[in-house]
Amino acid sequence: MFTHNLTIICVLGTLAGPALAQEGARTVAALPETLEETGERAPAEVPQSSAEEVGDIVPANTAYGVGQPASEDEIAAIDIDVMPDGRGLPEGSGTYAEGEKLYETICATCHGADMMGVSELGAPQLIGGRGTLASDQPVKTVESYWPYASTFFDYTHRAMPMTEAGSLSADEVYAISAYVLGKAGITGSEAATTLDAESMAKIVMPNADGFVADPRPDIGE
Amino acid sequence: MRKTATAKWGMFNGLTRRSLLMGGVVLGGSALAGGRARAEAPPGAIEYDVQTDPTKEQGRLILDDGGYGSRSQFENEVRWRYPTASPDSSWSMTPLASGQGIMTPSGLHFERHHGGIPTIDPRTHELILHGMVNQPMRFTMDDLKRLPAVSKIHFIECSGNGLTEWAKPTLKTVQGTHGLTSTSEWTGVRLSTLLEMAGVQDTAAWILAEGADAAVMTRSVPIDKAMDDAIVAYAQNGEALRPEQGYPLRLLLPGYEGNTHIKWLRRLDVSDKPFMTREETSKYSDLMPDGTARQFTLEMDAKSVITFPSGAMKLPRAGFYEVTGIAWSGRGKIAKVDVSADGGATWHEAALDGPVLPKCHTRFRLPWTWTGEEAVLQSRTVDETGYVQPTLEQLIEVRGLKSVYHLNAIQSWHIAPDGEVTNVHA
Ligand code: HEC
Repeated sequence: MFTHNLTIICVLGTLAGPALAQEGARTVAALPETLEETGERAPAEVPQSSAEEVGDIVPANTAYGVGQPASEDEIAAIDIDVMPDGRGLPEGSGTYAEGEKLYETICATCHGADMMGVSELGAPQLIGGRGTLASDQPVKTVESYWPYASTFFDYTHRAMPMTEAGSLSADEVYAISAYVLGKAGITGSEAATTLDAESMAKIVMPNADGFVADPRPDIGE
Repeated sequence: MRKTATAKWGMFNGLTRRSLLMGGVVLGGSALAGGRARAEAPPGAIEYDVQTDPTKEQGRLILDDGGYGSRSQFENEVRWRYPTASPDSSWSMTPLASGQGIMTPSGLHFERHHGGIPTIDPRTHELILHGMVNQPMRFTMDDLKRLPAVSKIHFIECSGNGLTEWAKPTLKTVQGTHGLTSTSEWTGVRLSTLLEMAGVQDTAAWILAEGADAAVMTRSVPIDKAMDDAIVAYAQNGEALRPEQGYPLRLLLPGYEGNTHIKWLRRLDVSDKPFMTREETSKYSDLMPDGTARQFTLEMDAKSVITFPSGAMKLPRAGFYEVTGIAWSGRGKIAKVDVSADGGATWHEAALDGPVLPKCHTRFRLPWTWTGEEAVLQSRTVDETGYVQPTLEQLIEVRGLKSVYHLNAIQSWHIAPDGEVTNVHA
């Protein structure tokens, strides 16, 4: 058998799963090792199963013996999606007044203090446009087009601000939601107007009934 | 040259010996002119000294490139970035005009990113599958590579392909009008394999797929699609995915719009309802003239385009040309492609290069002799479901001008008497 030196891969073999996160700090892959005697390049190591032994595999009736059960904590660490009925909304709350401050410091540079967007930055207009969807110049915004408020929470939480995606806390996203949806005339615009998981799930967006199922093929017969 | 009734538009009916010869004379000349210019080699190429007579001296040594080949320094096709205002959320397009056959070189596969291209070490990357399953699972890349795999050749097309072309011809080249479609061989695990391992509950109807990029891109996928032909892919064209294509792991939903093929895949959440993410509400929904919007317009309708000759080319002279292009359908195999040189008045069936694969680019070819007079070249495909690629007029009649996505109309290339090829609506 070959006696090549595969230190890194040997380490990997013993430390499966999350341990890799600490072990794996590297910026590039090393070139394949050279085998003794023939000088050939070593093939890639046979992938290791993260399951320590076949008995760990669940559900037990799958014969492959790879993968591990995901724990509740592991799921919770990345499970950030929010659904229209409020499933997935985190604990916390925020007010219109807090949202106004946050919006002005974090969002306004790109989306405009008036929320009309900054086209040179590709940052869309967030409010306005109600009643334009059937016209020659439809203006699609959170206010005029988005069918669910949950989408605003979900998207802002996961992807905004563009330069620091995912940096906002749940409270901050509730506050910014209260401010933007308040400005849009969808929720109240008093300083104390508060959004939390319960109130968020009850919001009915102006264009909630504006979407239809795909009827295609609609032509081409 | 033989005159026929269609001579004004050129001929498809047979080739004369003379027209064949004429086609061959076009090359040469200018390429040899001029002195030796020193310039940086194009991306993906290494510049080597050009030998005066390669038959009189040894060529460069084997593995001079380090053991991973590069293309010739004389080849220069590159992707073109559409000038979106945001550089982070942008797209680049495949140079279809120079494409050969059906495969897209990995380095020329179109790109659409909403938060840049992440750099992810596969050793630390994991896929979590949870939600309405009996046993939530966590897979490392090694785990996934241990599972039974499939390799399939499929196109991916962004449903925004052609969005500039609704109201008037806007971009000049086929790269600009159609370059958001590419074909690769994809290898990975069937998503159904993973779902069966976790045990999907009866209430399950949709799956959220989520990426590990800065957009944490998300789309909802119907469970039937997931169980049918969806692949969790780690390889493309015989090697690991390119970073721009989702390294180390992406979802592949054959025939579905490109945005759903979530790249840098990190999480699958099984649920009873769609998640209504930003990318399936605000975007990738199709606004109709009555103000309603179609949602989950997932399948890509049949489409074809002539890639040669195509926009911004110039035919140097009358004579023989092989008209060629690609056709594809998100609903199955291409059954037929017809080509017209008279703006759709008469059609001639093109030959399809086989094997014709489902949900895959299909190359078509048709010999053509251009008489040197004005012509309008078009291609029209029919897929195995009997769907006929529509004209732009037909599309606009039903959908208006504001639906942005899913423009699959017949493309027209105008050939002027001087040989200029331009993008027109005809
Ligand atoms: C650095 C610039 C920048 C900042 C700061 C920024 N955004 Fe954005 N935002 C963008 C860009 C660019 C897009 C478009 C992204 C795309 O299309 O992929 C966008 C998209 C959005 C959208 C989706 C709009 C639509 O119609 O689909 C929402 C909502 C949004 N931003 C909210 C916010 C909020 C709230 C903040 C502050 C917390 C914020 N953004 C901060 C640049 C920015």
